[in-house]
Parts: sequence; structure tokens; C-alpha cells
Amino acid sequence: MSDSFFSRSGALHRRTFLRVAGASAATASLVLAGCSDPAPAPIAANPNLLTLTDGDVGLLNYLYLVKQVQVAFYQKVIGALPGDFSDAEKLSFNDLRDHELVHRETLRFLLGTNAYDVLLQQPLPLDFSSLNLATRAGVLTAAQQLEDLSVAAYAGSLRLLAAVPTAALLAKIASTEARHAAFVRDLRTPGSFAGTDVVVNAGALQSVSLAKTPTQVIDETKAFFLPIVISPILLPTV
Amino acid sequence: MNLLNILAEIEKADPEVYGRLDSRRRVFRHLSGLGGKLATAAVPFALGSIFNKAYAGATATQATVLEVLNYALLLEHLEATFYNLGTGSIAITSALSANNVKSLNAIKTDENNHVAFLRGVITAAPFNAAPVTPAATDFDFTGAQGGSRAALFADVLTDPNTFLAVAQALEDTGVRAYKGSATDLMSNKTVLEAALNIHSVEARHAARIRTMRRGGLQPAGDRASFAAPGVNLSTAPKSWVSGRDNNGPVPGTTDAVYGPGTPASGTAATIFFPAENNVIQAGANISALLTTANITGLAATSVAAAASEAFDEPLDMATVKAIARNFVKTGTPTFALLS
Repeated sequence: MSDSFFSRSGALHRRTFLRVAGASAATASLVLAGCSDPAPAPIAANPNLLTLTDGDVGLLNYLYLVKQVQVAFYQKVIGALPGDFSDAEKLSFNDLRDHELVHRETLRFLLGTNAYDVLLQQPLPLDFSSLNLATRAGVLTAAQQLEDLSVAAYAGSLRLLAAVPTAALLAKIASTEARHAAFVRDLRTPGSFAGTDVVVNAGALQSVSLAKTPTQVIDETKAFFLPIVISPILLPTV
Repeated sequence: MNLLNILAEIEKADPEVYGRLDSRRRVFRHLSGLGGKLATAAVPFALGSIFNKAYAGATATQATVLEVLNYALLLEHLEATFYNLGTGSIAITSALSANNVKSLNAIKTDENNHVAFLRGVITAAPFNAAPVTPAATDFDFTGAQGGSRAALFADVLTDPNTFLAVAQALEDTGVRAYKGSATDLMSNKTVLEAALNIHSVEARHAARIRTMRRGGLQPAGDRASFAAPGVNLSTAPKSWVSGRDNNGPVPGTTDAVYGPGTPASGTAATIFFPAENNVIQAGANISALLTTANITGLAATSVAAAASEAFDEPLDMATVKAIARNFVKTGTPTFALLS
């Protein structure tokens, strides 16, 4: 199922995307007063493009978006866990969902009015039709994919943050995600908690977690967000 | 607020401000937004970020980074030695399922690789320093500190349950230790990233050890992860830290691993080290925030536990050293390094 936000609700608030994707003309002219740089070119109005801003705000919005995927995934599967999930596994999946909710609400609080979805009337409808969620194996495969991706996302973005307290807070989330990933991997294949596909297995960085840049992570999650396209081009890279 | 005036004022005090900010052009790229994407509300946030970035390297010294690296190395030596001994103990390996033994061997390999990695970083530029090199015989995992006091875990290298209990405490300490020192590494982004990514591997280890303890030594069909957490979080823990985990695997002895560090409290703008049952993040009570949000599907009875479990808390160097001293013989150079 691929619900388009637009076909369903009519309109994503245009203001929301201006907020994320651009400043008002007034802001630009205020800041640029006295500056010889040419005025920025107007942004082409692509209502499906969500361009993350520069700096910590952009990075936090990026991690907040990844978190939306995780929450929506667990909300979806917990409502209909395949019958071969044991009672113990169901309890654990409730925990995973609850933790992701905690993370999402914490990031939302941290972002305040800078959250990309402040003016959204409803959350982005995430499309999980690419995942097979009808079997235990399918659910565990998908959960592992998302948890490992989340670990790699934190591994590759904490160094890009400027504010020390923000980095400290996100590190608290990063290791919880690693616990999740190890647990889900062990559910799927006992003993695969730190497999060589997620931990570097050669060279100087052997046994260090694999990191992915925001661009890589957004590329791997893009199918979930369609028709919305997320652009990381303004995010810090060093 | 006149941003241009602010920069001009800073330039009077610090003529190098533009150098610190990469370039004047970059300042305006931040402030105006390339193509104008910086919302008004984001300007103060962005400005703070720019200056944090510019001055971080000037305040945190290379010596601090080196100190943290040697401290992390000492802890990795402790962990590597622990697993080297444990996986060499027939009494332990013969009592565990093949898959559980394989997991311990994988963790052992990781810890030894972490030792090698940190030694490599310390000996290379820009540090070019001698890494700490504790002798394996400096450690005493019974907790008797070489006989200077009664043992805390007398059968740690012969009883698999005791070994896994101590393993959990060491891994959970490792996660907190790296996290607690990460903010001292902000001036060296390469080292920061490596340390945080070692830390997430430690978290994977911790989760595995916890899953093993919950599932038993020889779980049927090796499906250890199927076991639900028991009523007693000391003996059948979750794969993540829940509250203070009933003070850890051995209440009365492992309490400090899950307790507060120093300072134990602070504000959203400061670094502090609360106990693992902390639910205040970024200055907000996350438990209360979630209750107010009234999210469909989130049981009211789960909120407090979830708000604690969702975050691993950092621990300061002095508190971690005190925990590590339990496993080191008194009078050794290693004990001195941890004092």
C-alpha cells in the first residue's frame, strides 16, 4: 500500500515546507543587508521536496525522520505480529516500540519549533509495502535492517554535531539502539549480535561499528518516504 | 539582534574569528542560508552552533584526548584479559552451549581488537605517545584485589553464571565509560567517532551477555533470546538496562555500575552523570512528557520504565576507575593508574 499524503489529505501545509526548506524573504534580506553576496536564487517550488537545514537543527531533523520510520514500523507490526511470535518476543517488541516512541518524543522536544513537522496536520504516511511483514522471519529481517541502520546513522552523525550537550544526549540513544540491534539480530540468528556486516572486520578499525553518512541513510530509507523526497545536501559533512 | 554587529564586536576581541569560522563566506552561508533556507527561529541555534564548532578545538587540549585514550585502553585491556581467561576456562566453556561459547569468543576478539586499535591511535601522530601497558597478572577478576580483601566473585573463572554476571557488569560499565568521556573528545572528530563506535559495539556485547543470562547456559535449540525477562532483573535482565536493574547482577556489589556518577545532576546545558534510572533528558521529564502526549498503544504502566530504558547514561572517569579498581591487584602500576 502506498498512501500518498497528498492524495489523501489534499495538502501538506506549504508553510511547513517553507519552514524546512527555506526562510522567508524577510529573513534573507535582513541577514544579507550589508553583505555583497548576491541574493539567493528563488527556490523552485517542489512541494514533495523536504530539504534539511544546515547545522545541528538539520542533523536533529534527520535523526528525527529516521526515528519516525522506526516508530511507524513498530506501531504497524505490533498491531499484527505473526502468530509464530512467542509471548516473550511480543513483550520485547512492545519494549522496542516504547523506546522508539521515547526517542521520537525526546527529539521532538529538543527541536521544539524547529521540528520539520511542527505544522503538519498529521504525520508523514510511511510506506512499508517493500517489506514482508506477514511472517516472523520477515518482521525480524525488517526490524534488524532498521535497527542496524539506526546504529549506523548515529555512528555517522554524532561527530557532525556542534553542540556538546546535544552530542551527549544522542550518544545515550546510540547505545540503546545498538542494544536493540544486537537483540533483534539474536532473535533472528542467535549469536549474530555483532556480525561482520555491521562491525568493521578488517584493517585498523576492526571491531568498530560501521558508520553511514546521512546521505547513505537517507538513500536507504527513501522508499519509505515516497512521494516525499528528503534532501541532505545542506547537512554538515565534516 | 544585529548579527553583523555581533561578528564585528567579536572581531575586535578575537581578530582570528573569521579564521575560526572557516571563512567569512561560510558565516554568511550559515546565516543567510544558501538559497535562503534558514528559518528565523533557527538563527540563534545556528549561531550557537557556529561558535561551538569554532572554539571547541581551542579549549579542549590534545592532552585531554590522550588521557581519555589511555583510560579507554586500560579498560579495554581489562575486558580483553577477562575474556581471554574466561574463554580459556574449560569449567566455563564446557557448561555453555556451543553458540554461547562462540559468542564469548567473538566478544573476546572484539575486545582484543579494541586494544590494538587504541594502541595504534596513541602511538601514531599527532599523539606519538607510549600507550599504557598493564600486565595480565595485574588483574584479579575475583575482586579480591590480589588478596588484599575478601573476594567478591570467588568463582568468576570457574562458574559460568558468575562469569556472565561479571561480564554484564563490565560491558555495561564500558558503555557508560565511553559515553562519559566522549564529550572530552569533541576537539578530535576522528577519535570521537571511533570511540563512539567502539562504544556501540560494547553495547551490542552487553545486550548479548544479558540475553544469554536470561536464556540460560544451554538454551533449548540455542534460542536464548526467546526467554522473557524474569521478575528479578538481577538474574534475568532485559537486553537493555531497565531502571537501575535491581542494582545489577550482584546487588550490594554491582550497584555502582548502575548508580550515579559525579556530578549526578545538572542542567540541559551541562554534562552530568545520573544513575541509569534517570528520566530527565534535555531538561525535560520524559516520563511526564510521554504521559501528557497520550500516545495510542503506549501503556501508562510502561511509560516510566520505557523513559529510563531508552537512554544509557554516561559515567565519569573517577567513578569508572573506582569500579575498575575492584578487578586490579593493589600495589601494581595498573592500580596506580586507576587511582
